[in-house]
Amino acid sequence: MTQAAALLPEWRLVMPASQPILPLALRNVDYEIRGARLLENISLALETGPRTVVMGPNGAGKSLLLRICHGLLQPSRGSLQWANPIMEQVRHAQAMVFQRTVMLRRSTAANIAYALAAYRVPRSQRNAIIAEVLEQAGLAHLAYRSARVLSGGEQQRLALARAWAVKPQVLFLDEPTANLDPAATHAMEEMIGRIHGTGTKIVMTTHDLGQARRLADEVFFLHRGRLLEQAPARSFFAGPQCAEAAAFLEGKLLW
Amino acid sequence: MLRRAFLVTLITLFVTLPLSAAERFITVASTTSTENSGLFDYLLPKFTEKTGIEARVVAVGTGQAIELARKGDADVLFVHHKPSEEKFVADGQGVKRFDVMYNDFVIVGPKSDPAGVKGMKDAAGAMKKIADSDSPFASRGDDSGTHKMELGLWKNAGVDVKAASGGWYRETGSGMGATLNTAGGMDAYALTDRATWLNFANKGDLEIVVEGDPKLFNQYGIILVNPEKHPHVKVKDGQAFIDWILSPEGQQVINGYEIKGHQAFFANASGS
Amino acid sequence: MNMNDFSAAFGTALHLIIHLDTDLVAIVLLSLQVSLSAVLLAACIGLPIGAAVAVFRFPGRGVIIVLLNALMGLPPVVVGLMVYLMLSRAGPLGELGLLFTPMAMVIAQSLLVTPIIAALTRQTVADLHDEYAEQLRSMGVGPLRAIGTLLWDGRFSLLTGILAGFGRASAEVGAVIIVGGNINHVTRVMTTTIALETSKGNLALALGLGLILMLLALAVNGAAQVLRDSAQRAYG
Repeated sequence: MTQAAALLPEWRLVMPASQPILPLALRNVDYEIRGARLLENISLALETGPRTVVMGPNGAGKSLLLRICHGLLQPSRGSLQWANPIMEQVRHAQAMVFQRTVMLRRSTAANIAYALAAYRVPRSQRNAIIAEVLEQAGLAHLAYRSARVLSGGEQQRLALARAWAVKPQVLFLDEPTANLDPAATHAMEEMIGRIHGTGTKIVMTTHDLGQARRLADEVFFLHRGRLLEQAPARSFFAGPQCAEAAAFLEGKLLW
Repeated sequence: MLRRAFLVTLITLFVTLPLSAAERFITVASTTSTENSGLFDYLLPKFTEKTGIEARVVAVGTGQAIELARKGDADVLFVHHKPSEEKFVADGQGVKRFDVMYNDFVIVGPKSDPAGVKGMKDAAGAMKKIADSDSPFASRGDDSGTHKMELGLWKNAGVDVKAASGGWYRETGSGMGATLNTAGGMDAYALTDRATWLNFANKGDLEIVVEGDPKLFNQYGIILVNPEKHPHVKVKDGQAFIDWILSPEGQQVINGYEIKGHQAFFANASGS
Repeated sequence: MNMNDFSAAFGTALHLIIHLDTDLVAIVLLSLQVSLSAVLLAACIGLPIGAAVAVFRFPGRGVIIVLLNALMGLPPVVVGLMVYLMLSRAGPLGELGLLFTPMAMVIAQSLLVTPIIAALTRQTVADLHDEYAEQLRSMGVGPLRAIGTLLWDGRFSLLTGILAGFGRASAEVGAVIIVGGNINHVTRVMTTTIALETSKGNLALALGLGLILMLLALAVNGAAQVLRDSAQRAYG
């Protein structure tokens, strides 16, 4: 960290990537709960750049893996290492959008303002950021509407805008379009593409094969808590290495 | 905006709570009978007008009033059970006891008079008859002056009310008015001071059945709480209240108080 | 008590309201002042306690929850007695000279109401916390800030608990009559007046005052409801 950054701790939070937190390395990560091993011996690396899509059937452990990467859950065994050793910076350089969105009981704009405050973005910059991300999410006209009365698609776009507002280096998306219709899904995917375009690393789970094909640059294939395959999207979809992934791509039921 | 106004109102309410410390007042521990009779509403404004001192009356049973004074929570004690009052002074809790006034107790009962005591002049005898006929009797049961008087009468009559408790003898454990309400509700006899009775609005089927026995004489006394035991006692203002009550002017005010055309209390301070 | 008393009570209540009896107005104002102050004080204590118990995990937490729920049913007389013994000249806080003042009544009612507000707050905040916890942790929100967020976002539901507290405060007589002493023009409030008039046998007047107390409770609850509805429409 430079001298100037030390004097202006707020600054680094707003200006992305003065201290990159990627890559993230997981080594031999297990996750157990009450004796059941839900993730087993996972080793992987998340690099700057490609959109990473975690795929696999329901119950494979996709959401768990995202939560462990994001720091919401602690691995039972194994290690998780960010390139940046300062945890405070790591926390504030990532954001997550959940499958079940949580809308604070406030207006659309206030939901984003809350996130900005939590990430310690200086007050003077907040209004400009709120206006910008609402515009990007196509929600500007709903800024003062209660967030809880928005439609499902609008809420999910707001959740994405709220995460984007804090300019994370890494954005985790857990089935962000699971409950949306095609039009809303399309709007979300477009937004995700734009966020990626600003240099934010995207890590998302999906069980929607079409979405994975549209968005993925690289694919992690999980099955029963194990990481069976890790490949660039093109080669994965062209010819997966393991039988489970092949079956999954063919639309066979896996469990 | 509405919310802010609401909050400001609340906080203002809180801040403007009247705190007594700034005003000139004394606290008088007295009995429900004096309060319920309406005497204080008549008497106290005249005292305040004369002296500028506000007299705040906490009206409870005589036993509780003495307990309040014993804890130092009152400046003046104004009750009606001489033995307890004398003990209070003897214990060093009070400075000196003065007679103020008297009225008398009466026994009230249902018009049907199941014990057949109507018109009797002998209170103890009447109570014996009530006991013997197992007629319901509502007792204060609250260690008040009236209750103590009643217990003395039972003793005179040779009746053991403890044994009858819950049977025909019913202890309400509440004030005079509440006990009269109860007595009215279950056609019971009760002992009450005359002033409360005169002022009592819910007489229903009750009427006076026994009165005029000298034993039913009800003497009120007044005592300044001892500042040596309780340093914060407002000696000067408390004494001013006592002096005024005992003065010819105060005594005249007491004699002048009437309930429905009846004189309620008879001043008998030794000075007058 | 018969039907005549009931109609007399309505008549009395109407008469008192129409003629704006000055004593009655003073008593009503004091009642409102004491109970609202008590609820304000209780909310300042009960909201953070309830929220903290909902959000933090610490040893003895279960005991506190049981205690809060049990204290909700604390008899007012017992609270009155405890406050009396504290504030009595012979008690530890006797020097303050608060006994038989409105402040003493506020303290007693606060003690009565705090467990209600705390227990209902705990329930409300715990439910909301279930929904919010992961999102808040994801945003790096610490427990203290989380408590603030949950209290604010649960404000409409919390209002219900606070109103329940106000209901209990304004309706109780056992505590205020002990610590206030029911002193005319000083600590006489609606409920102690009702008790006094009942003991004088003025049942119609007592019931009339009771009707006015009910009207007050209705007015306060109605105002809160309007506030809540309009705010909820705006903020969800």
